[in-house]
Amino acid sequence: MSTQKPLILHNAQCSRRNDIPRLALSEFRTRILAGTTAGMRMAALFGEGPGGGRPVILHVLLADDQAGSLEWLATEVEGGYPSLTPDCAQAHWFERELAEQWAIKPEGHPWLKPLRFHRAYRDKPDVWGRKGEKPPEPSVANFFGMEGREAHEVAVGPVHAGIIEPGHFRFQCHGEQVFHLEISLGYQHRGVERALIGGPGRRTLFLMETAAGDTTIGHATAYCQAAEALSGCRVPARAQVLRAIALELERLANHTGDLGALAGDVGYLPTASYCGRIRGDFLNMTALLCGSRFGRGWIRPGGISFNVDADRVRQLEERLIQARRDVTSAVTLLWDTSSVRARFENAGVLPAALCQQLGLVGVAARASGIERDVRREFPFGLYRFAQIPVSTYPTGNVYARAYVRWLEIQRSLTFIQEQLRTIPAGSVETRPGPFKPDAAVVSMTEGWRGEICHVAITDSQGRIACYKIVDPSFHNWMGLAMALRDQQISDFPLCNKSFNLSYCGHDL
Amino acid sequence: MISEVPVLNVLLARWHQGHRTIAYPKGTPVLPDRLRGRPVLGPSPCPADCQACVEVCPTDAIELKNGRPRIDLNRCLFCPECERACPKATLRFTPEHRLAASSRDALVVDGGEYILAKTLDRKIRRIYGRSLKLRQVSAGGCNACEADVNVLTTVVFDLGRFGIQFVASPRHADGLLITGPVTENMRLALIKTYEAVPPPRVVIAVGACALSGGPFRDHPEVHNGAGGLLPIDLYIPGCPPHPLTILDGMLRLLGRIEKDG
Repeated sequence: MSTQKPLILHNAQCSRRNDIPRLALSEFRTRILAGTTAGMRMAALFGEGPGGGRPVILHVLLADDQAGSLEWLATEVEGGYPSLTPDCAQAHWFERELAEQWAIKPEGHPWLKPLRFHRAYRDKPDVWGRKGEKPPEPSVANFFGMEGREAHEVAVGPVHAGIIEPGHFRFQCHGEQVFHLEISLGYQHRGVERALIGGPGRRTLFLMETAAGDTTIGHATAYCQAAEALSGCRVPARAQVLRAIALELERLANHTGDLGALAGDVGYLPTASYCGRIRGDFLNMTALLCGSRFGRGWIRPGGISFNVDADRVRQLEERLIQARRDVTSAVTLLWDTSSVRARFENAGVLPAALCQQLGLVGVAARASGIERDVRREFPFGLYRFAQIPVSTYPTGNVYARAYVRWLEIQRSLTFIQEQLRTIPAGSVETRPGPFKPDAAVVSMTEGWRGEICHVAITDSQGRIACYKIVDPSFHNWMGLAMALRDQQISDFPLCNKSFNLSYCGHDL
Repeated sequence: MISEVPVLNVLLARWHQGHRTIAYPKGTPVLPDRLRGRPVLGPSPCPADCQACVEVCPTDAIELKNGRPRIDLNRCLFCPECERACPKATLRFTPEHRLAASSRDALVVDGGEYILAKTLDRKIRRIYGRSLKLRQVSAGGCNACEADVNVLTTVVFDLGRFGIQFVASPRHADGLLITGPVTENMRLALIKTYEAVPPPRVVIAVGACALSGGPFRDHPEVHNGAGGLLPIDLYIPGCPPHPLTILDGMLRLLGRIEKDG
């Protein structure tokens, strides 16, 4: 079987699905373990149900950051297979997802419990013996426990104190000290991936925009790139520039909001107050261009819906100049205030080695000194021609995650201003044709949280047979759990905010 | 300007950032010209048998009645699809942000009068008119409605000046503000949170998801909004609604804005 040619792809490069090597299970495992040991990352591991009682097809996408390419492998599994997780921690979350969706058991998985608490996609009892007569109850599962004098457990959620999404958190504590945090999600599960099967349809784009609503541009762009590759459509240069501007505006708004929220969590109200407002200024710039603060209805397969004229460009340039002044004034206060620095520096350390082991992405990885950014390693759209330096900071603590955001704010501002000066003329839209039959594509973007990975496979009619969405949060929730070890429980809000992960992007 | 004395920087920043709270409801800030607020139907008649808007609508929010579109704002995502598809520019969006209503049935655009939200009855208004504490529950929301509710607490909107505040416990709350289509996995938590609020309770549903399921309508994993599970007092459409739409709705509910013009 080892004679099968590997399928090596670039970001958003269309391939025939028959070119995905279907390996024997043992070789599939060996190649994954060899690849990840050699430094490749698991960008996606997921199942595809061919129906008709046939075995589930397991797909893996291994990202080679050095080469800027992705290796795609597949195998078939019926009831179970030897788990990868004991040898490859990156597989932990993916294998729990596989077990829950497809009722296949990763034998020997160290902590096999449901991820989202829904019925299996296949009409058979799932690996926990649930037959699907009634929906599984969220968070009803085993949790880590700790016994001993003065050991205690704190349970929080799903409904939290602030205006945030629901999730359940269990802390095993000794006094104030957290020994372990276990995060149980799934409350936001609304069946996004399943609803995409058989598409594209009228709702497809809108399911992408709302996969994680604060990352509307990131997910919509990832989908559109996949759709454009599948239909062989070329996006006009002007649209590519505006898409990149949209993505960086989304990053600016969210990073600014996060810095304000981090300030709020250590009780430093000036920055909290200013950044809360400046975040809105960035959202309003997106609304200036497309009518929606979140960029809804802007990015579409083939280009974008709303062009900009010279007057709108000028307005945006003026607002960016003012916003840079405002955000600089607000954020530099953080670095000048010793009480803020002390709280930021002494909380939530995540060593680089652990980040690598867990396969973290985005700000969380870069704040542990790891240079990892889809815009550079797997450049897409405009980023193939215009680069943004990767922002890192070595210390892996809350300070680092805050500071990387600040570096990225400055670089995104400069990038947008440069692009606005040289924006190419021409149309912003082409009409993509139908999807090619039996085709496969992987499309990645660097959303403000990190790597967004979409994988699409079409059937013989050119309809979506399988669509996988990997939000950066899917990789990173375990990172938050590990960062909380040995911290004071009172630092949880601060640590949590420093990651600011998506619940709905995870739960889908 | 950066001073060597840290505290002076705090003061300089304060001076630089200025006063940013909007005068609303006394004055409305300039909204983006492309904002897709309340849709309107123009006078030009639809071509015979034209189904263009109906066919592109992602949530089946549009039906044709007597040859004219009728838009159900409970379902509308305020996306540009119908406007783009309309061959006669009959259907178009305006930046009009006032959209909140007191019943599902009022959320219709069909060329007739659009009835905005009514004030709570006098008895409840006497209790809550000057102080309303809300518990927010996200029940499958995508974090866009949540974010634009949250933004009301910033200095720009300064929700606190109207006596409205989001609180950490349903036991401290007078009502709920619900976002999301109500996933099966949040159904019990939502109902328990509702029951933990001491009556009389006010319930506000924000966004297409909470009103109708939004883009997730009819997925087996969701309940098509909160209306089937709880009594709703205020319906705020949008995907997500503009923060001013949400604020306008709340102020109408409390009788702080009564005029329609």
